[in-house]
Amino acid sequence: MLLCFIEYPIWMNISQLKYSDLRKLLDQGQLTCVDIVKYYLSQIEAHNATLHAFLEVYDTEALDKAALVDQKIKSGTAGELAGLVIGIKDLLCYEDHHSYAGSKILQSFKSTFSATAIQRLIDQDAIVIGRQNCDEFGMGSTNENSAFGPALNFKNTAHVAGGSSGGSAVAVQANMCHVSLGTDTGGSIRMPAAFCGVSGLKPTYGRVSRWGLIAYASSFDSIGPMARHLEDLALVLSHISGADGQDSTVVSSNEFLAKKPIQGKRIAYIKEMAEHPSLQADIKKAFFEKLELLKSKGYQVNAVDFPYVDALLPTYYVLTTAEASSNLSRFDGVKFGHRTKVASKDLVDMYKKTRDEAFGEEVKRRIMLGTFVLSADYYDAYYTKAQKVRRLIKDFTQGLLQDHDFLVSPTTSSTAYRLGEKTMDPLQMYLGDLFTVQANVAGLPAISIPMGEDSQSLPMGFQIMADVFQEEAMLELATELV
Amino acid sequence: MSTFQSTIYQPVIGLEIHAQLQTDSKIFASDAVRFGREANTLISPISLGHPGTLPFLNKRVVEYAIKMGIAIGSDINEWQYFDRKNYFYPDLPKGYQITQDKTPICIGGKIKVKLKSEEKFISFHHIHLEEDAGKSMHEGDNPFSFIDYNRAGTPLIEMVTDPTLHSSEEAFALVSEVRKLVRYLGICDGNMEEGSLRADVNISLRPIGTEKLGTKVEIKNMNSIRNIQRAIEFECTRQAAMIDAGETIIQETRTFDAHTGKTSSMRVKETMNDYRYFPEPDLAPLHISQEWINEVRASMPLLPWEQEQELVDQFGLPAYDAHFLADSKEMALYFKEAANFTKAYKALSNWLMGPVKSHMNESLLHIQDFEISPKNLAEIVDLVELGSITHNLAAHQLFPLCLQERSKSPKQLVDENGWALVDNNDELNNFVQEVIQAFPDKVKEYHKGKKGLIALFIGEVMKKSKGKADPKLVNQLVQEALAQ
Repeated sequence: MLLCFIEYPIWMNISQLKYSDLRKLLDQGQLTCVDIVKYYLSQIEAHNATLHAFLEVYDTEALDKAALVDQKIKSGTAGELAGLVIGIKDLLCYEDHHSYAGSKILQSFKSTFSATAIQRLIDQDAIVIGRQNCDEFGMGSTNENSAFGPALNFKNTAHVAGGSSGGSAVAVQANMCHVSLGTDTGGSIRMPAAFCGVSGLKPTYGRVSRWGLIAYASSFDSIGPMARHLEDLALVLSHISGADGQDSTVVSSNEFLAKKPIQGKRIAYIKEMAEHPSLQADIKKAFFEKLELLKSKGYQVNAVDFPYVDALLPTYYVLTTAEASSNLSRFDGVKFGHRTKVASKDLVDMYKKTRDEAFGEEVKRRIMLGTFVLSADYYDAYYTKAQKVRRLIKDFTQGLLQDHDFLVSPTTSSTAYRLGEKTMDPLQMYLGDLFTVQANVAGLPAISIPMGEDSQSLPMGFQIMADVFQEEAMLELATELV
Repeated sequence: MSTFQSTIYQPVIGLEIHAQLQTDSKIFASDAVRFGREANTLISPISLGHPGTLPFLNKRVVEYAIKMGIAIGSDINEWQYFDRKNYFYPDLPKGYQITQDKTPICIGGKIKVKLKSEEKFISFHHIHLEEDAGKSMHEGDNPFSFIDYNRAGTPLIEMVTDPTLHSSEEAFALVSEVRKLVRYLGICDGNMEEGSLRADVNISLRPIGTEKLGTKVEIKNMNSIRNIQRAIEFECTRQAAMIDAGETIIQETRTFDAHTGKTSSMRVKETMNDYRYFPEPDLAPLHISQEWINEVRASMPLLPWEQEQELVDQFGLPAYDAHFLADSKEMALYFKEAANFTKAYKALSNWLMGPVKSHMNESLLHIQDFEISPKNLAEIVDLVELGSITHNLAAHQLFPLCLQERSKSPKQLVDENGWALVDNNDELNNFVQEVIQAFPDKVKEYHKGKKGLIALFIGEVMKKSKGKADPKLVNQLVQEALAQ
């Protein structure tokens, strides 16, 4: 009787506890990993059929692992993340598990290795509970481009979860896992985090190995954590960061740990964004209230000009689609994944049928766009020019971060759309990334944290961007605001 | 083979020579690089282009390319970027090839080639790094194609010449020199049949005395240096005939058929791929520091022309001999090793260029596999030079026996067979007298002026000595006897 009495309140609070608090209970024997996994599995059982956050749940596996980790805790050999239950976006490879990238073209594909980020968490006894829904190859802002149906917003299931890491955001939002690993190419972690009222962090490009991240746009893609508690974001980030000998674009840990954390008090916001006509009134209001809060806490807050606001999305879409058109060439029906069952008259015919059958509309659109901007006749007009503008945006943004410690903005210009609201108008959809792409174009870290709810009770997000490898300072500022 | 000669047209030829680098592992993955293994056994998620994989550059590949650059006097680019060349083909796992389009590792450079009538420097435009594709195999009527990905990701350097060659002879000489060089450097086995060394040829004709280049045609699939020469000859003749007939040469890629000796069209420009090159975002830029270059420079082996010079300078060999011996690193090494045991360097060289080479040609051996050790060959040379045996006996009896009896030294074999020269004048004089008495008529004819008959007497004496007499000594003794 006594046990039950102690157990129940804790069970109810599992999702509300930071990992460090959970760990105390685990170490004290007041809670077991099996309890935790059972709790999350019960949440999944209760909600996943509606929300579609997980495409696959590793229930037995997770329980087995939990029992094993419980043993390790007892024997004092447990890793630093013992009992941390994580969900992984379907764009990440996990050895001997399916990775579909939200696409039919990879249906039945199993990876033979694990993403470094996942492996490092597992090595510390984190428990992987399942594979999370996302837009196909990370291409989308609402999760409606998943070949397996959209993940829905737990706050209001008539609304989208955001994308592309929609399933990952909803999983945290609906207490189906403690932390999700998402990926962010133009806002794919931060945007669904904002739509779902959770926190999501996109690290500096080059901080986390992309080994095992199914590429959308290689020079933009980042893996990052999504969670309810900032402390957990920091914890997971510290584990997944650093060179692994597999990704030459990762900077060695020594390099970013040596970087002196800034004692940042100077904050800037970009006028063109805060005043943008597409910005929803509730969000604008909430944003400026946050700025007032910061001022009251002794921060300097300045409005700055950013002359490239209109160039952000074109630059982003030219370069990401160019890279995507190449990255997705390997899905040709020859070696793995889907191959057409329809008789083909020759090799090219087989390619066309396979790719036509298994890629979704948005993926096809981006492959065609990317192929076009790289084609000999249009290369300089689009690709070369976009590369130059990327450099300008990067330099200007880093310039702003010389005079200021952080750049802040709303994460999105509106709260979660209704399902189907934007699907007919790709340009409207792309506009939703306006505030988030800058961090990816410039390779900077950014975080989205909850900023209350709008008049429809839909969550809003506040975004902080910082200079390279200033994630820790960025998280400190975020802590002031939640 | 007829050589294309024209008083109207000058061929303009450029070569793209691909050399597979003999590194232990692939350019962007740790799978082993080997030829002739069971299909699809040297693979990994990286070389198969699995989703989520990333390339990671093998530094050894860079070193090998730097070696080649240093050898031909290229400038080494300080910053290396890679590019993607996009096209679809089943043996190309990622749907793109990682190559260097904008920033090749080596710029410029030249190689001296020896032609029949002159020596000429052939200049290189650049050398770049890239990865090889897998291999598609089509079997007769089988409706399926097979792909072996063992080769996918094998490191290659592509050496691109300036379009400054003007004959098949130059192309032949250049590829031969390049093959020799990569073998000396130990970066490629130079085996054209197995495809470790491949060359594509770009060729056009222009009126002699003009500068403007004609429309070029690219020829692929020549698996020997000789076939490169044949393809160029065929193509020059074909293009000249077309121009003569008022036809227009179209820009195209042609393939060479070794059986017919002809080239035929593979694809024309309109249907050629737009490769959509762009910088490879999965690889960090690579910096090649001066220190690194210096390290590689310090590890450079002797180059073919340095080896040639060394043979001339240290051993006093004629240029011709030095060129022959330095043609392969192993031959030069063999010579130098043997030269530790004899001072008769020129004779040693003659042995290598003569009997040894014939033997290797007949038995299809490389000098590495030659049965007689350098020490033993030197002993044979000295046996002849010191007058212990005749050259004739050495070449025709001792040498073949040495090939068989590898555990015995040449001296032992000479002793066992009693081959040592008869240098006892009395015994020889007896033979001479016997011969003179046996041919009284010939002696008369000799005295009447038919001096050529001396060869007969010498031959007869040699026979009696069973070949063990020194012919010079016999000559002298016969002359003396006849003069009496």
